[in-house]
Amino acid sequence: MTSSQPLVSEKLYGSPAEALAGALFDGMVIMSGGFGLSGNPESLIPEIKAQGVRDLTVISNNCGADGFGLWMLLENRQIRKMIASYVGDNKLFEQLYLDGELELELNPQGTLAERIRCGGAGVPAFYTPTGVGTVVAEGKPVEEFEGRRYVRETWLRADLAIIKAWRADPEGNLVFRKTARNFNPNMATAAKLTVAEVEEIVPAGTLDPDCIHTPGIYVDRIVRSTINEKRIEKLTVRAREAV
Amino acid sequence: MAWSRDQMASRAAQELRNGFYVNLGIGIPTLVANHVPPGIKVTLQSENGMLGMGPYPYPDDVDPDLINAGKQTITALPTSSFFSSADSFAMIRGGHVDLTILGAMEVSAGGDIANWTIPGKMLKGMGGAMDLVAGVRRVVAVLDHVSKQGTSKVLEACTLPLTGAGVVDLIITDLCVFACDKARGGLTLLELAPGVSLQQLRASTRADFATASTFSDRMESDL
Repeated sequence: MTSSQPLVSEKLYGSPAEALAGALFDGMVIMSGGFGLSGNPESLIPEIKAQGVRDLTVISNNCGADGFGLWMLLENRQIRKMIASYVGDNKLFEQLYLDGELELELNPQGTLAERIRCGGAGVPAFYTPTGVGTVVAEGKPVEEFEGRRYVRETWLRADLAIIKAWRADPEGNLVFRKTARNFNPNMATAAKLTVAEVEEIVPAGTLDPDCIHTPGIYVDRIVRSTINEKRIEKLTVRAREAV
Repeated sequence: MAWSRDQMASRAAQELRNGFYVNLGIGIPTLVANHVPPGIKVTLQSENGMLGMGPYPYPDDVDPDLINAGKQTITALPTSSFFSSADSFAMIRGGHVDLTILGAMEVSAGGDIANWTIPGKMLKGMGGAMDLVAGVRRVVAVLDHVSKQGTSKVLEACTLPLTGAGVVDLIITDLCVFACDKARGGLTLLELAPGVSLQQLRASTRADFATASTFSDRMESDL
């Protein structure tokens, strides 16, 4: 134990390209945080596009939107299989799927989240009431517990998780912002290598240890976001009352 | 006169109880927030990771990091909390959410609900709907009674792929309200929209239903 903090952390990387150096290969499994267009690793995805790795299996709640996020990997034909809960409002996805160019495994959103959580927690399978009696349960073991039927689901793990957080310290402790948190902290735990892009890197001692969302043990590499477009999908407002 | 969308939302809002944690689906269920009865305080859950959803923001308060499960911009309240997707669905699946109000494409007398896909026509995904119907304590389905083609959406058995089997407690359509006994199966008519006759309802419904005893007077006058 030493009281002095290193000025430069071994986890800090200078650019998205450096943060992904040596981490990408054809046929790999990538988890990508985000719900809709909120909390997406907007700077790391273009770097995966630039490096051109193919035959990817991508685990993410959605698959981006026209011109945004994972959509650019679809457009570049880098994704072979998508594991998601909702791929609506994405014409390119629909076309590639109908053309047979893309495999799709739809998961109920809570099952997807729990499969990822279990992947990170070392739990290979679990039973859930979600999907019993539907196509989701087809071919999977169903067991009764205390009079109710549950379907067995298995963990999800990845070679790489790319996630987006608001703030990080040099240790890789992360704080997320509002609903941009979503799948990000769960995915951070479930991959062999987790790369977090953040809006702000703060000095050690800045973050309150009681308010860390993701402890640094789960984060291997940190890079400052170079893109923070944060596109809004459905702008919905109310009129300000007249004074 | 069949109920309007707002009247259906208003009727659904009567299912709210003080202190309830509630998840509202997209469409008519979203309108329920505008009809919370006076004296009732509910906390809205959004499955992307928020409890205590506030109203839509003023144009200069929009925050892209603050959206609901329908991906609309929203606001937080002084008592709101944020959490991960896994925590959000633990909350839902673990039975901690009191009520969910969801749209549907079909419902059955046995409490089955179909609201996520039309094979060959719609590629979207189930999102959180399967978890909500499986985990939330009370499930209310809101839907038009008949399709644009004139066929009943309240059926003996659903024709579309299910979202959940034996999960619906209450069905609110533009014509009536049915209670659904999800343990034993079977519908009981609780209310008719004004001007809708029992005869008309039977003709529009491809499922058997009983009528609640409180209905007898009205039934006589309808017949």
